[in-house]
Parts: sequence; structure tokens; C-alpha cells
Amino acid sequence: MIETNDLSKQFNDFWAVDGVNLAVKPGQILALLGQNGAGKTTTVRMLTALLNPTRGWARVAGYDTVRQGRDVRASVGVLTEQHGLYMRMSANEYLDFFGQVYRLDPKARKARSDNLLEYFGLGEAAHRRIGEYSKGMRQKLALARAMMHEPGVLLLDEPTSAMDPESARLVRDEIARLKSTQRTIVICTHNLVEAEALADIIAIIYRGQILMQGSLDELKNRVLGVPEYEVKFSHAWDAGEMEMPSGVTLAGKTATSLRVRVERPQELNPLFVRALSARSAPVMSFQEEPRSLEQVYLKAMSEVRGGVNVG
Amino acid sequence: MWDKLFPVWLVTRRELRDQLRDWRVLTPLIILTIFFPILMNEFARMTVDFLNQYNANLILDRLVPFSILIIGFFPITVSLVVALESFVGEKERGTIEPLLSSPLENWQLYFGKLLLGVFTPLMASFLSIFFYLVMVDRQGLDMPPWYIILQLLILTTAHAILMVSAAIVISVQSTSVKAANLLASFIVIPVAVLMQGEAVMLFWGNEDVLWLAVAGVTILALLIVRVGIAHFQREYLLGREIDVINMRWIGRTFWMNFKGDAHSIAEWYGSSIRSSLRKLVTPSMLIVLIAGIGIWLGYDWIIQNLPTALSKAPPEEVAKLAERARETPELMRLRESFSAPFLFMNNTRAMVSILVAGLVSFSVLGIVLYLVNIGLIGGLFGAFELLGIPPWPLFLGGVLPHGVFEIPALMIGSAAVLYIGVALVTPQTGKSMGEIVIELLADWAKIFIGIVIPLLAVAAVIEAYVTPLILVAILQR
Repeated sequence: MIETNDLSKQFNDFWAVDGVNLAVKPGQILALLGQNGAGKTTTVRMLTALLNPTRGWARVAGYDTVRQGRDVRASVGVLTEQHGLYMRMSANEYLDFFGQVYRLDPKARKARSDNLLEYFGLGEAAHRRIGEYSKGMRQKLALARAMMHEPGVLLLDEPTSAMDPESARLVRDEIARLKSTQRTIVICTHNLVEAEALADIIAIIYRGQILMQGSLDELKNRVLGVPEYEVKFSHAWDAGEMEMPSGVTLAGKTATSLRVRVERPQELNPLFVRALSARSAPVMSFQEEPRSLEQVYLKAMSEVRGGVNVG
Repeated sequence: MWDKLFPVWLVTRRELRDQLRDWRVLTPLIILTIFFPILMNEFARMTVDFLNQYNANLILDRLVPFSILIIGFFPITVSLVVALESFVGEKERGTIEPLLSSPLENWQLYFGKLLLGVFTPLMASFLSIFFYLVMVDRQGLDMPPWYIILQLLILTTAHAILMVSAAIVISVQSTSVKAANLLASFIVIPVAVLMQGEAVMLFWGNEDVLWLAVAGVTILALLIVRVGIAHFQREYLLGREIDVINMRWIGRTFWMNFKGDAHSIAEWYGSSIRSSLRKLVTPSMLIVLIAGIGIWLGYDWIIQNLPTALSKAPPEEVAKLAERARETPELMRLRESFSAPFLFMNNTRAMVSILVAGLVSFSVLGIVLYLVNIGLIGGLFGAFELLGIPPWPLFLGGVLPHGVFEIPALMIGSAAVLYIGVALVTPQTGKSMGEIVIELLADWAKIFIGIVIPLLAVAAVIEAYVTPLILVAILQR
């Protein structure tokens, strides 16, 4: 569980984070999106009890980040922006070292380390010096370190950066598995496809403030408006003066298609489909116009830069 | 207990393993450990040959201990690099954050690094000294007594702790390895000067004084360790990415602390100075206690040592001295050379010296200067008593009139310096070390400008124009 209230951090005259309110429950993933320097890393550092907030508070895994910093750090697994690996150590030694730091007994350390290295495909390279690893291998090892002590809360900064598609998939699957085991996860990422695939809550941070947050659908509705659906006909069909259910509006039409905006899709889509079939429309397909998180993000950013309040 | 200490060992062991795999650290260390004793031995052999021509046996006796001191020192300076980059190096390589994000406590991290920083150079130093002693033995040179060797080993250990603890403080407070290396001269040069003093004591053959050096170096090392721990903050290891001297920020921080909330001089005295004075209550009590001790020490030292000195002096010289003390000095003429501005500048300089000495030694040297100043009063009392001159009238007439202002100024100024030292070794969260130093200097400046300077000015005027008149009147009677 992560909870913050008015979380703020000031460096000299500059507010790096300003009034951030977050609530992430166990089994949820929060994706923190934003430009470089928006305040993501500072937020994560405050959640790891590395930085003390200038204003506000944060509770992580039930502990106050200021008064119970040590407990917070013991309950959190962190993947930092830089891998932070010791190049002269082997992966085995490295994980064993952090296992000891987190007070795992030798048997548990060995088992956990072997499992993680095997899972991330580093088993064969476990005895090699980390300095000889590729960028992707290093990223996987850093992730293994963050998961070594099976923390209840994971704070992951760009978890799949520098990874090949196969490895990235592996990591995403592992994150999804961790979510299913009721872990609380925060991901800072620029990979919007990944955020879209994994996150339950998305928060866009801009100049230290949360521009908007909510589920993907909530953000899409808020930024891009109500969803649009396209109906394609098998042959030219004239809708004429077809009566639309209340909440469904015509957005455009051609001889063989219709585009409609539906305010409450779950409730109104069945009514609209029923109305079409009542008029014997030769419906070939009915699908939502694809709207990605990238569209949401880019529109939100362009609007905030243009001075439009999107929150 | 072991549960708490184990993480310290964990950090040390990891670093040690890393170091033993780094040829850039190992190569100079091995070369110095083996090569330097050989070089020193050769130097000693040549010196022995040279000095034998002049029968300078005393110097010869001291040459081996001196060489041990030097041989022990060099590996420490080389491995200082390890301590200097202990934190800031990890910061630059990006390995510090996972470590800081772990449940290790600040002191565990700090001592883990400190232990490693001390361990490697000490091992190299001891090994070096051992090689050298083997060579001395095989050449049939006189081996120093065991207690001198023990003393030198302890002194080498104290040097290592002092230098490494200072290097780690620099490493924590620096923003880059480059800056830390540049600041290393602030460690190497003073310790090299200190060693020159120790070498003089060694050649002088005064082991007791050398023990004092051991105690002094150890106390200073412990104070530096305390400062390092007090100001170790994870936050500041992650922030401050660039080395820029922000003069505007420094000026503003100083001014804000100097001025406080005051809008006029009256308000400044009423609120800002008062709040600074409140902080000085306990230091002032200590300063009064130190004054008592200082006066007693000065008096006692004179009573104990002056008779011996006087007994060795020719009786006619002693009689002349007593006579001169009884004579009325030409104080009115002295007034021309010891004018009020001169006295004021002299006393102000003394106060600034106490601050500077205090700043570089966590108040210790500043307070020693204060102790010497105040001890003079006791010394004078003792001297007059021995010469058969009643000291009280001289004190009441020659010191008290301006001393009423000067002594409190000295005490308050010294209390402010003592406070700086105490505050520096006290943990303060949420502030960088630079911020703390600026605030402390602003506090000191407030006391200095608002209280000490006016008191010294009044004291100087009285000392120049009133005290001589009273003193002359008393002496003439």
C-alpha cells in the first residue's frame, strides 16, 4: 500500500515535487508518466525514504517514510534509474550481498538468487563478472536485486529499458505475476505501451504536479472525450433519419460506415446495436476507434503547454 | 550486538573484495609496501655512514624510529584515495542508490566504509614496518625498544584513523571524486606538518610528549568521526549534482541568519541577538568553569615552577626583578604606544584567532587559546605572590577597570566558538553541512559584532585612559 498526501519536495528555490496525492492498493500497479525532470525520480526517492518531504507525508507498506525510514526501506524493492551494479562482482556474489543486507538466511539467499537468475536467463552467466554483461543483462540483474527479498512494494524506474523484446516480455510477465500476489507496484516509464498494458492507475506528472490520474479509460474519456465506435456495413446502406438512443451521437458517416460517440458504452452499445438490427442494417463489424495512452499523454502535454487545464 | 555490527562487516567485506580485485589500488600499495622500506633502509644506511664520521650517536639512535614513522605514513597517504572516493565514487558510478535504499542504517554504512578505509592502509603500513624492522635486524642496527615500537604503531594507527575519517567526511560532503581529491590536500598537508612536529619530538627523545601527540591525534580523529556521522545524510548524497559555489545563496543564508526577523538595530538586539545568546547559556557556564581551571592552572604552574627557575637565577637578578616590579612604570608614556585603537585591534585579533583556531579543531584549539589567555591572570597572581607583592590591589587597579568589559567579551566570544564546535559534532537533520557552518558563522558574527566588539571598544578606551591612572596611583602608594 502506498499513500501520499500533499507530498512535496523543494530543492533551494525549486519545487521538484509539489502536492502529489497518490493511493495505490496491494495488487495494483501505478504507472508514473512524465517528461525527464518532471519529478518522477524525486517522488520515488521520497517513497523509498531516501529524501524527506519538504511538505506533506507518505506511507509505504504501512510505514511513515520520515519516522520509519528503515522499515520502509526493508519493505521496498527499488530498481533505480542507474543500475547501481558492482562491476567486479559476479551476479551470484551481487545477489548474495544484497540478500545478506536484507537479512535473508543462506539457504533462502541461494534459492532465491538461483531462481531469479534462472528466470531472467542469467543462470549461465551467474559466475561471470558483471562488468562483462550487456546492458540488458545488467538491467535484468538490477531487477533481480530489487526482487531478491520479495518485497511487498516495488518501485521500478524504467524496468524494461535496454531490453530485447523477449526479455521485456519476461519482465512484464513477472510484474504481472507480482501484481497477482498482491504486491503494490509503481513503475516510472516512458514506455507508454508498457504502462498501458500493466497499469491499473496512470498518473501524469508535469513540473512536479500531478496533471491527472485515474484508470486508462478515465484518462481517455477525460482527455480525448467520449469513445467513438465505427460500424462498417457489408454494402452501402442509408441510415436515413435513424433514431439514436440518448447518449449516442452521430460523429460521421459514409455510404458503407457510421461513426458514433457513445457516452456510456457498457449501457448504450447494446441499445445502439439493437436499433441497427431493428432497421436491418447490414452490419459487418462494430468496433471502438483505437485510442492509445500515447494519444492521451501527447494531448494532455500539448494542452498543458498551451495553457489548457486538462485536469 | 553482532546483529547490529554484522552489516558494518558486510559493507567492509564487499569493499575489501572489490579493492583486492582492483589493480589500480593494489599496484601502488604493493610497490609502496615492499619498495619503500628498502628505500628507507638504504637512506638509513647512508645516513649512518655519514653520521658515524661525526660520532652523532644520538641522531643515529633516533633514525630507526623516525624511519618507522615515515614508512607507516606513506601507505596511508596512497590508500587515502580509497577513503576519499568511498561515498562520492559510488555516487558517481551510480552504485550508491541501491545501497542507500537498503535497510542499512547510516552509522552501519559509515563505519563499514571507515573500517575498510582504515584497514587497508594500516595493513600496508604494518607490513611495511615489519619488512623494515627485519632489514634493520639483519643489518645488525640497534633495534628500538619495544615500547617505542608500540608507541609508533599506535601513532601510525591514530594517523590512519585521523586521515581516513577526514577523507570520509570529505567524500560524504563532496559532489565529485575530483573535488574530493582536490580537498585531500587539507588532510595530507596538516598531517605532514603534524608529523614534522612528531619527528622533532622523536629526535628530541621525549616519549612522554609523544604520548600526548598520540592522545591529541586520537581525540581529533574521534571528533572527526563524530562529525562525519553527525552530518551523514542520505539525502545529501543524492542531491547536489554539480560543483558550483552559489555565492548568492551563501550570502543570503548568512544574512537571513545574521539579521533574523529584525527590521531595526533595536529589534536586532531584542530578538536576534537574544536568541543567539540563549544558545550560549550552557557553553558560557562551561567557559566560566574553564576560566576557573585556567586561573588555577596558571597560578599553580607559576607557584610550582617559578621558585625552581628563580633558585637557579643569580640572587642579585631576582632582587632586581622584584625591585623593577615594585617601581612605578612609566605608564603615562606607555599610553602613547598602547593607544585605545591599538588595544582594541589587538584584542579583536585575539578573538578572531580564537575563532579561526576553533573552526579548524572543533573548538579545541580555540578553547586552548582562551585557556592560555585566562591562565595568564592566575600566573600573574602567582608571580606577584612569589615576589612578595600583594596581587589583589594590582588586580583591582590594573585589570578590573577594563577587565569588567574585556573579560566578559573574551568569555562570550569563546563561548560562541565552543558552541560552534559542539554544534558541528551534533547531528542536525534537514540541513547540509555547508548550511550549518554558515548559520554558525552568522551566529558567531552576531555575537561578535553586537556584543564582543562594543565591549572590547569600551575596554580599550578604559585600558588606555583610565587603568594607567588607577595603576599609577596604587603603585605610588
